[in-house]
Amino acid sequence: MGNVVAIGKIRTEAWMDSAMPKVCWFEECSKDSVALVGGKCASLGELINAGVRVPPGFALTTHGYAQFMREAGIQPEVTALLKGLDHEDMDKLEDASRIIREMIESRPICIELEDLIGESYRKLSNRSGIPAVPVAVRSSATAEDLPGASFAGQQDTYLWIRGIDEVMHHVRRCISSLYTGRAIAYRMKMGFPHEQVAISVGIQKMANSFSAGVMFTIHPTNGDRSVIVIDSNYGFGESVVSGEVTPDHFVVNKVALDIMERTISRKEICYTVDLKAQKSVATEIPFERQTVQSIIDDEVTELAWMGKQIEKHYGRPMDIEWAIDKDLPAGGNVFILQARPETIWSNKKQAPVSAGSASAMDYILSSLLTGKKVG
Amino acid sequence: MKFPVPHDVKAKTIPGTEGWERMYPYQYQFVTDDPVRNQYEKETFWFYDGLHYPEPLYPFDTIWDEAWFLALSQFNNRIFQVPPVRGVDHRIINGYVYISPVPVKDGAEIGSRVPNFMERAGFYYKNWDMLEAKWKLKMEATIKELEDLQISPLPDLEDISVVMDALGESKGYHLIKNYDDLINLGIKCWQYHFEFLNLGYAAYVFFMDFCQKLFPSIPLQRITQMISGIDVIMYRPDDELKELAKSAIALGVDGAVTANRDWATVKANVGKLPKGAEWLAAFEKARYPWFNISDGTGWFHTDRSWNDNLDVPLSGIQTYIGRLKIGATIDRPTEQVRAERDRITAEYRALITNEADLKQFDELLGCAKTVFPYVENHLFYVEHWFHSVFWNKIREVAAIMKDHGMIKDIEDIWYLRRDEIKSALWDVVTAWATGVTPRGTTTWPPEIEWRKGVMEKFRTWSVPPAIGIAPEVIQEPFTIVLWGVTNKSLSDWSAVQEITDPDSITELKGFAGSPGVVEGKARVCRTAMDIRDLQDGEILVAPTTSPSWAPAFAKIKACVTDVGGVMSHAAIVCREYGLPAIVGTGHGTKIIKTGMTIRVDGSTGLVSITR
Repeated sequence: MGNVVAIGKIRTEAWMDSAMPKVCWFEECSKDSVALVGGKCASLGELINAGVRVPPGFALTTHGYAQFMREAGIQPEVTALLKGLDHEDMDKLEDASRIIREMIESRPICIELEDLIGESYRKLSNRSGIPAVPVAVRSSATAEDLPGASFAGQQDTYLWIRGIDEVMHHVRRCISSLYTGRAIAYRMKMGFPHEQVAISVGIQKMANSFSAGVMFTIHPTNGDRSVIVIDSNYGFGESVVSGEVTPDHFVVNKVALDIMERTISRKEICYTVDLKAQKSVATEIPFERQTVQSIIDDEVTELAWMGKQIEKHYGRPMDIEWAIDKDLPAGGNVFILQARPETIWSNKKQAPVSAGSASAMDYILSSLLTGKKVG
Repeated sequence: MKFPVPHDVKAKTIPGTEGWERMYPYQYQFVTDDPVRNQYEKETFWFYDGLHYPEPLYPFDTIWDEAWFLALSQFNNRIFQVPPVRGVDHRIINGYVYISPVPVKDGAEIGSRVPNFMERAGFYYKNWDMLEAKWKLKMEATIKELEDLQISPLPDLEDISVVMDALGESKGYHLIKNYDDLINLGIKCWQYHFEFLNLGYAAYVFFMDFCQKLFPSIPLQRITQMISGIDVIMYRPDDELKELAKSAIALGVDGAVTANRDWATVKANVGKLPKGAEWLAAFEKARYPWFNISDGTGWFHTDRSWNDNLDVPLSGIQTYIGRLKIGATIDRPTEQVRAERDRITAEYRALITNEADLKQFDELLGCAKTVFPYVENHLFYVEHWFHSVFWNKIREVAAIMKDHGMIKDIEDIWYLRRDEIKSALWDVVTAWATGVTPRGTTTWPPEIEWRKGVMEKFRTWSVPPAIGIAPEVIQEPFTIVLWGVTNKSLSDWSAVQEITDPDSITELKGFAGSPGVVEGKARVCRTAMDIRDLQDGEILVAPTTSPSWAPAFAKIKACVTDVGGVMSHAAIVCREYGLPAIVGTGHGTKIIKTGMTIRVDGSTGLVSITR
């Protein structure tokens, strides 16, 4: 947790903030930028720089966050509210959380930050060729996404946000998500000082996904590293991530990139955007489309290829969110939304399969003695 | 899984075949009059060896079944002493061979076999290349003996040299002696066949097994790909055809070579051309030994070699000339195959995370690569070269029997067991010596007629894929790798058998033999002669393929077979050519018809039929 401490130190010295970027583009970030833009945005920057297609965006950095908190002047109050609370007393924590979050969300963002965010948002809209481009606003914590400390989903994500005012509003909501009851409890339990934790907020162009889902570069049920497993449904990835539908399921050979298994499920709902409400809503899939494969084979292969590159880049099995953008032509429409290290199998100590047998002869003998199960 | 009781199956004799048992060795029968043996047979799992015997066995052809019954079992059990398994037992019902690996059930006994196995098999693995070189010399000497063996007709009067040289032996004695020698050479050849094969398969199968433990989802074909691109002589006959195609063009005889399907006509026309003699000489040179290649597996007398029917290699040469004329390359893409092999191996290797497994992987891969050439090459020496010559030597014996009125036609000899032939030859030579008529002239022809009828009825029998009680574990390496016997394969086969209307089937499962997906028109070819009808870009559907089918692979875009595992010929060749293949579908040739549009997914093993 060296990063957390380091940020804390930087944050406490106001003079340094002016030298540090408050906002930066994803492509300016890398995996070494966790302290600056949090795990999620750092990872997106790293992906972009590795040549992976990621929807463009920018981050309000931890320095930007620090400036917001400082100029809002609420840190002492926050610290006081949390003092002496028990991390197991969820009721009290939730009460404190509600007060803190309201406090954060009601404070205005200072002019300097508002200008910076506004300017970047306009640039993003220009880059996308869409006025007031719809974006996803999501928190990017400095402790989340680190290997061994995966508590994904603890911070908030807001989709289909359009217009500068809405963006500002949701940036504040993301900042306040640093103080959910669960996040507070977690930090207390782990012994991280609240005032030394910082958050970054990512503002990313929404992929207008025809279909989306998740991809593991390791078999989640048997730990086989030679496959890539892809789950997919129409619409946004939410239905897959949340487990609301049984998605289409593909097992792809990582080495040869051919589809080895294909299970097409009945998918009754998907998430699409309600443009008026500017949010994603569950929609029923027309009956005749329910059992149709939600991504085509070429996209499966392209995704798997991307998954393989991402794994190669990080040197470890990865857990990836992806989308196929319906506004873009084939060959440029497959996007990676997020990539983080797979934690379940990676943290297991894998016993060698060879079980001490050294020579080929030893292995042949021990295998002969075991035989081969028929059933 | 439930399978029928062998004795119940056998009890339902096909009407008109009563007494068929005498066509085969007596020990091949499921018995009811011996309670102990009967009990053993009931408790044992027998599976139909469809890989080797797609058709009912002719009585004479049982020779190779007996030969491998002995050879495989002795090497497993008496020579190397594979700890948990003895030999493979055999039975016949209605002309079809059922086999069963015999396990060692007592744990202590298994343990006591281990040191012997380690010492003996260890010696072979360690000295593989040196011993294999010796094997080649032994095998070549055996084939030379066979080729030199004289089967001479019986003269009315022995040559004067018999007197002048004081030979003291007659052609009658030579006939029965040389018949014995012929048979013994065959049995000896099969002894050598199995000298390395069990160990070779063990190395291969457990390399596969290890990879599957490391990567539970790895397709077998990817593992075999890691051992592809190794030069083996099984490609040599096909390579000779390619060379002949190239030289035909270079010598300007390609027009004459492709003008006719009949070799005699082609030979006459080519001979008239300025450089025709040169090309014909090259053709003759290639024939020995390389055209001693069977159009089938070589296991049956019905399999004929290229040398027996030169129209077949001619058709191959014509195919290659056609390819060359349109500017296509006819060489196997060996360099690409090797590059892909090395890439795949390196990528899988890179996914292995611990040192111990990495070391084991390298060891086992090295071992599998060492054994691979033998596993492939023995086929040319035994099944193709030796057998092709052998069948024709037996035909020479048959010609003498025909001369003496024992059989009506040379091809009738296959309806006799080899020991019956020996007895008949005694009948012939004693009658010849004495100047009387052999007894068999009136007994054998009607018996052979009856047997022909029986064989016809056998062919219509629907062969159960397995009988008896399935074991939980199979340890015999052949059973696993070659026959691909698993619960899954058996239930897939039986599922299709249960469907009464084959015209309603739209999907067929087999083993993913070689990756890739294509769709196209099917062409069902039952024999190597049929491949002459193949059109460019069709999908070959065959009972199984053998090296003499090689030219077919230059035309097709995928292959589907009834029988075989990922190590079968079709799978290996398709991987070498980069074509999708699905092998071991069980019933592909019965369900798919020529002209149907089918989709072959060589990565999943699924054939889809568009109806």
